[in-house]
Amino acid sequence: MKIRHAEHREDLSLQMTPMIDIVFQLMVFFVFTFKISLPEGDFNIRMPAQAGAAAVPSETPVLRVRLRASESRDLASVQLGDVAIAGDDPFGQLQTRIRGMVDDSAGPGSTDQEVEIEADYDLKYQYVISAMTAITGYIDPATGEQHKLIEKVRFAPLAK
Amino acid sequence: MRFAKRDDAAVGPDMTPMIDMTFQLIAFFMFTINFSDTEQDQRVTLPASELAKPPDAPYDHPLTVHLTKDGQYIYGGDAYGSLDELRSALLREKQIIDRFAKTNNEKLSDVTIVIRADEDARTGQVQEIIKLCQELQFERFALRGKQAEVHRIRSD
Repeated sequence: MKIRHAEHREDLSLQMTPMIDIVFQLMVFFVFTFKISLPEGDFNIRMPAQAGAAAVPSETPVLRVRLRASESRDLASVQLGDVAIAGDDPFGQLQTRIRGMVDDSAGPGSTDQEVEIEADYDLKYQYVISAMTAITGYIDPATGEQHKLIEKVRFAPLAK
Repeated sequence: MRFAKRDDAAVGPDMTPMIDMTFQLIAFFMFTINFSDTEQDQRVTLPASELAKPPDAPYDHPLTVHLTKDGQYIYGGDAYGSLDELRSALLREKQIIDRFAKTNNEKLSDVTIVIRADEDARTGQVQEIIKLCQELQFERFALRGKQAEVHRIRSD
């Protein structure tokens, strides 16, 4: 009996070409659809037109936060109600005061307090966001959890 | 004298490292692909805030208005130099939404206006955008910020 020697050895190697074609197609697709998007988040405010807002009287008086701009459009002063806040870290102090006013131990959303931010026209927007961060909540450094303080924030109507 | 007969396998170049690497790349791009059509614009540097966490669920009907450092409004990919131009663009949008809302039983107040303003933009201009949208009867607003890892505000 004649034993056939394996002469089809070249068939053993896999056909790589179609696979590499497809793999490259996929890679080109992913490369072109690649978009770097940084994580972004929102501060939600509900501000209906003035007529609606005036129609609903709030039980608790509205807290006013005033942000004044300097010549260079930077922050000149912060005022909470009638109290001027001075010092190195005005927003930190603002938050401390608000935490003193709002008892957040009962959990989030336990307050009806409203805050109105009154900022100068030329003030850089980043200070408003910092103020809003100080007012709406803080992150517990120990647990990394977010605690909410006052959620109802709105802008004062424009002066002019 | 004997020769080594067969070395067919070594004829082609060695593909293994290239395929390894290509698969690595594909895996990377697959995991980073993001199909959500969040509107972003490189002309705007958002203000940072540690509380700016991405929302749990996307908005039902978002409309994004950008405000650059130079006070230019960007809406729907077009740049507008003045508030009046933005107003006419938003008015057109409102009319389309109105027509859509009538047939689909939805309200204009369901629309969220996402404001992406530059950190150096003027606050007054942001307020003007809000006022303009209020006049067009939009109610919900979202002020967008980028997520900051560093805690910038220390109260204790």
